[in-house]
Amino acid sequence: MKISRKNSAVAFAVGAMVIASATGCAPGSGNASAPVSASHSAVSKDVAAAGKVTLTVWDQNTDGGINAAQKKLNSEFEAKYPNVTINRVSRTFSDLKTTLKLALSSNTPPDVIQANQGYPDMGTFVQAGMLQDVNRYADAYGWNSRYPSALLDLNRFTPDGKTWHTGNLFGVSQTGEMVGVYYNKTLLSKLGLKAPTTLDELQSDMAAAKAAGVQALSFGNAEKTPGIHIFGTIQDATAGKKAVRDLVFNTGGKWTDPSTVSAAKTLADWTAKGYVSSGSSGVSQDAAAAAFGKGQSLFLVQGTWELATLDQALGKQVGFTVLNDPTSGQPATMGGEGLAWAVTGKAKQPDVAAAYIDFITNANASQVLVDTGNLPAVPPADWAPKTGSLEADIAAQWKKLNAADGLTPYLDYTTPTFFDTLTARAQNLIAGQDSPDAFTQALQTDYAAFQAKK
Amino acid sequence: MTTTATRPKTNRASKTPGWRNHREHKSRIQWKGYLYVLPALIVFMAFLGVPLLQTAWYSLWDWNGLSAATWAGVANYAEIFTDPGLLGGFAHVGILIIFYALIPVSLALVLTVLMSRAARMRGASLFRSLLFLPQVVPTVVIASVWVSIYAPNGLLNQVIAVFGVHDPATAWLGTISTALPAVGMIGTWLGIGLCLVLFVSGVSSIPTELYESARLDGAGAVREFFSITLPGLRGHIAVALTLTATTALKSFDIVYVTTRGGPGTATTVPAYEIYNRAFGTNQVGSAAAIAIVLTAFILVITVAISKIQPKEPQE
Repeated sequence: MKISRKNSAVAFAVGAMVIASATGCAPGSGNASAPVSASHSAVSKDVAAAGKVTLTVWDQNTDGGINAAQKKLNSEFEAKYPNVTINRVSRTFSDLKTTLKLALSSNTPPDVIQANQGYPDMGTFVQAGMLQDVNRYADAYGWNSRYPSALLDLNRFTPDGKTWHTGNLFGVSQTGEMVGVYYNKTLLSKLGLKAPTTLDELQSDMAAAKAAGVQALSFGNAEKTPGIHIFGTIQDATAGKKAVRDLVFNTGGKWTDPSTVSAAKTLADWTAKGYVSSGSSGVSQDAAAAAFGKGQSLFLVQGTWELATLDQALGKQVGFTVLNDPTSGQPATMGGEGLAWAVTGKAKQPDVAAAYIDFITNANASQVLVDTGNLPAVPPADWAPKTGSLEADIAAQWKKLNAADGLTPYLDYTTPTFFDTLTARAQNLIAGQDSPDAFTQALQTDYAAFQAKK
Repeated sequence: MTTTATRPKTNRASKTPGWRNHREHKSRIQWKGYLYVLPALIVFMAFLGVPLLQTAWYSLWDWNGLSAATWAGVANYAEIFTDPGLLGGFAHVGILIIFYALIPVSLALVLTVLMSRAARMRGASLFRSLLFLPQVVPTVVIASVWVSIYAPNGLLNQVIAVFGVHDPATAWLGTISTALPAVGMIGTWLGIGLCLVLFVSGVSSIPTELYESARLDGAGAVREFFSITLPGLRGHIAVALTLTATTALKSFDIVYVTTRGGPGTATTVPAYEIYNRAFGTNQVGSAAAIAIVLTAFILVITVAISKIQPKEPQE
């Protein structure tokens, strides 16, 4: 019995290998399409002349405000060009991330997609030849002058997908984002404090709040991403934008450099002092934002995507500020732009796809975005929200930040596995499980492994 | 499954040098039989066999899911046995088996004994349905409910506060030392009803004469349990263990909803790693290797559990 079983198992395994190797050579080798940029015909901006077109678009604009904006823009586009039908597929960010890869490798991929910047997504797609470079459309539609170069660079990759932030343009973005410090104006004035602009001011404000028995900070990290935001905010204000950019864009430096270790020490210190709860990994970021919205804490470190929620909860009681880069004294913080709108390699009518992307990102689109409560990547020139409102704070900080070229990239862009490493280790750091040195060493190990592979 | 079911009985005894003769003898009469199995085999191969082979094939490559892959050989497997993070995932699943399988089965046995001693009561079927309810409710819903129970201001901490412990409120799922047991307790809660329903119906099929004669012989409750109930339930225990242990081994949904493997890596499990590597971090080859190892692991444990199943009388 033993012998025959073993034999059949071996036979099964051998058979498996034979079948597998006969059916497919290397996985993925069938997908690799020829570089698409080689033979482009001249760009035609005349959408009406393209005949009947169905444009399949995959976006992640599912939240209230941005969903309303997208619906409006789509119907405006269809009204302008009756020959075009938009087939919209809308998914949440994480659903899009996990299903887009499969859709792109099919024979009939969507025409227009929203691709997340960085190596894990956009870099992988470019490497596999699944996106078209849009340099020619940038020339035709003037995208290069519409956007600040820092925003355009986030959507650039070399044709082999191996180097980010340089090379061809692979898309443009609709919205802007930045992480900053929300503060409760009522509590602040009750404590006799003013809104912080440096890390030191933020820390002394938190100490004063703690001494007065007011919760300093609301922080929920169950989803793991808030760990990136809070550590990045401290790192920007400790190491400065140049050091952070060098690390994330893989152009120099180490995660174990003293300034980054010092940022980790600060975060660990916040836990020790009770600003950040060691059980924060069991609190969702929505719960933390809700607690801040009820006036239970002085600060909340979060992104501008909380604008609508906090505006509704606290109205004129809430303000938004960005901390300064210690080297320049100018504001610097993590952020950037929404996912890039890109044309897929197999798009049947790339000219129509590009015209659509232009339409949903141009000046008219920015106005629609503002009207629906969103922060456009390039706000309308005459944008003047009500003074004293949260929207006004955010608009002012966004303009200041872009003027100072102060945006730093999201840290998880660094390597394909960095999101996992950083978020898990940040939870460990906050729980006191990892020392600041162990934390930064883990980040450096991930970073070095990726660089060795390149 | 299909193949073992059709394996002729004669093959089982063929340890002797004469096994070759058995085989020839068998092949004369068996071919027609295989024809009847063919449709089932085709379905099995198309929907299980081929994907399994494909996964095994992918596991030998370093592949991001899109671009051409490069040959990795057994590197992906070597990583499983050297990467402390992945080994930790398998260790966590070992602990989850205690919570998902061993505790519910033991508790359900105790409860079964208690319930079987109760006189016939009304609404027994209602209770049975209630106990079975956790199995019917989608696990995503269950996990979401438990997230709020475990929250710092959730039900569990409120109950604890009743006993005078107020501060600090523990974030059960957010604290490294309590996260895995907290996830495990959800599995315990899920499993108890299933085991209990299985055992209660099992007990009812044990002839009551056995209990009566045991009592006449002066056996106590404990003796009764070990001499009659436990042996009588062996088959049911095996089924319950198989079901609950497999649930523990492939647990994904509860971890995904409650902790996403966190805090840190305190609750990572292989099934979550497979998903995360295949769809999150572009490591399809590595994900496939973990999948193969997990499958083998599940098979081994299932076979081990099936050993406690009572032998059929004819063997």
